[in-house]
Amino acid sequence: MIKIKQSDKMPKKKFDILETTCVPLPLENIDTDQIIPARFLNTTSREGFGENLFRDWRYNDSGSTNEGFVLNDPRYKGEVLVAGRNFGCGSSREHAVWAVSDYGFRTVVSSFFADIFRNNALNNGLLPVIVPEDFLNSLLRIVTDDPGTRVRIDLEKQLFSVLPDGEFVKFDIDPYRKECIMKGLDDIDYLLSIKDVIKAYELRNALKYENRDNGHHPEGW
Amino acid sequence: MIPKTLFDKIWDSHVVRSIQGGQDVLYIDRHYIHEVTSPQAFEGIRQRGASVFRPRKTVATADHNIPTINQDQPIQDELSRLQVEKLEENCRESGIEYFGLNDPDNGIVHVIGPELGYTLPGMTIVCGDSHTSTHGAFGTIAFGIGTSEVEMVLASQCIVQSKPKKMRITINGNLQKGVTSKDMILYIISQISSGGATGYFVEYAGSAVESLNMEERMTICNMSIEMGARGGHIAVDLTTYEYLNRIPAVSKRHDFKSLLLKWRALKSDEGAVFDRELQFDAGTIKPMITYGTNPCMGMAVDETIPHSDSVSFIKSLDYMGFRPGMSLKGHPVDYVFLGSCTNGRIEDLRAFAGLIKGRQKVPGITALIVPGSKKVEQQAIEEGLDRILGEAGFELRQPGCSSCLAMNEDKIPAGKYAVSTSNRNFEGRQGPGSRTLLASPLTAAAAAVTGIITDPRDLLND
Repeated sequence: MIKIKQSDKMPKKKFDILETTCVPLPLENIDTDQIIPARFLNTTSREGFGENLFRDWRYNDSGSTNEGFVLNDPRYKGEVLVAGRNFGCGSSREHAVWAVSDYGFRTVVSSFFADIFRNNALNNGLLPVIVPEDFLNSLLRIVTDDPGTRVRIDLEKQLFSVLPDGEFVKFDIDPYRKECIMKGLDDIDYLLSIKDVIKAYELRNALKYENRDNGHHPEGW
Repeated sequence: MIPKTLFDKIWDSHVVRSIQGGQDVLYIDRHYIHEVTSPQAFEGIRQRGASVFRPRKTVATADHNIPTINQDQPIQDELSRLQVEKLEENCRESGIEYFGLNDPDNGIVHVIGPELGYTLPGMTIVCGDSHTSTHGAFGTIAFGIGTSEVEMVLASQCIVQSKPKKMRITINGNLQKGVTSKDMILYIISQISSGGATGYFVEYAGSAVESLNMEERMTICNMSIEMGARGGHIAVDLTTYEYLNRIPAVSKRHDFKSLLLKWRALKSDEGAVFDRELQFDAGTIKPMITYGTNPCMGMAVDETIPHSDSVSFIKSLDYMGFRPGMSLKGHPVDYVFLGSCTNGRIEDLRAFAGLIKGRQKVPGITALIVPGSKKVEQQAIEEGLDRILGEAGFELRQPGCSSCLAMNEDKIPAGKYAVSTSNRNFEGRQGPGSRTLLASPLTAAAAAVTGIITDPRDLLND
């Protein structure tokens, strides 16, 4: 396993085992414009997006609370969001992940995630758990019917289980991503630690493609 | 030699190092940034005590939140103004080239990159914007990234990525009159579904793709993300060279001739293997329109909305105020938006102007005609398109992302219907409660002069 040095300036939350209840959101293709509408992106900070998570579903046009939406239903609480397939499609805005995390979720479960959202989530310690479609549908039913249902996510063993001894499923995660998220590390720590390798690549490339725009091009672009 | 795909050729030559488990450290040749997804990345770098590693490989523009009128005056919205000022400050401090408001080269990031010659064949290109796939039209690997990844590229000119699978979509045959590349991609997305290409990088090929000009190719590649693809690209050919030859910053390079020779290799080899192959016939594609709240919910403008029991589908039609079995032809329209990184180029303005010429905008329609860049605006004026638009009751605005994501004041009001040449019809995308119908510039023009959803072929045949 590769060694990653942690920057002491930006420690991230570590993830190992999580036991919690779930919030079910049984809709497909939930896009990042729903997760955080564009009009809330006019900021230069990463903080405070949770209050506008699913803004236009949580609140009516008048600004009053939409009682029918699951986040406003006091029965449903927890650190796991369970959502229909293709969660996080659309815009690449990382603000969507910041909003989900800031609201208090640490995991999103779905049968598959849009690529950019998944990468963004992993880069922020929000664990995307991919489960088979059948399992997802059954999980959505169980947690909707019994909001007190607890689930356990064991990242080390890559196991998602419904407690106390219900259904379970093993989920996939890339080993590098797993190590990063378990130790609270990120890619930037790693990339900064291999600067010499990157410079060697540039040099190699500049020699190989003397005129190409890959290495240090004399014109600078 | 094992035959290689275009994708493999570019990817493999940019791997700095492979990490155990399947991730690659990928070198990035060109990094585009804008005001909305970059400030947190610069802040992150500062907090780490790091600096921008290769500032001249990054190019910045202000496009997402800016107004499209009175750009010579300070931005009225305070938060938007601060965001743009922050970008300018970050670029100045880091030595990054910045095209701000009123700069003759300002515009939407995916419009100015190619037109200024910053996008070149064979490059790896990223930007904190999912429509970065646009640049794939030039035989590049181009894809959208999140802000943490923007920070990675600023700090190291690299990102850590897993190599996607490869899909080839071959479209042969000829497009009918009145059918555009926008219809082609809306049709493909409607066939594949919004997540159908997730995990893949797409190569578009076939005679119908080869016959498209660069603007049309950019429209196709632009919307790759709407079917979940990491990106989409097209092999380099004579059309690519001719476009680049018209850009002085490229054609005046002392090494232009040798670059042309190198770029000849930028196509998939005969016999290269893809993980998935799909074929379509361009001749069967009609002008398309979307009826739901996902770009995959599209149909030919003369078809009826399909039936489905899915909760998401029903919720979507409910939001749009439509029902299954309904025909959209003749449905009233309130707004028309021509613009965005999908259809804000000169060819799109020409197509729109060509159809409305000699007709009049229906009084009840509010039209937002937004060029993709200052250069496009200038070109439109030189060609007299602004005059044609003006005579028909339209007004050319100033460049920006505008109503595509409605971060500025160009919002569609709640409940109103907008025929839009942009790329997304998500709930509230063009303003809270707005109802978006995605279509081509021709279909948008047809709606603007009739006030209803109209098959543009009916007007072209007059």
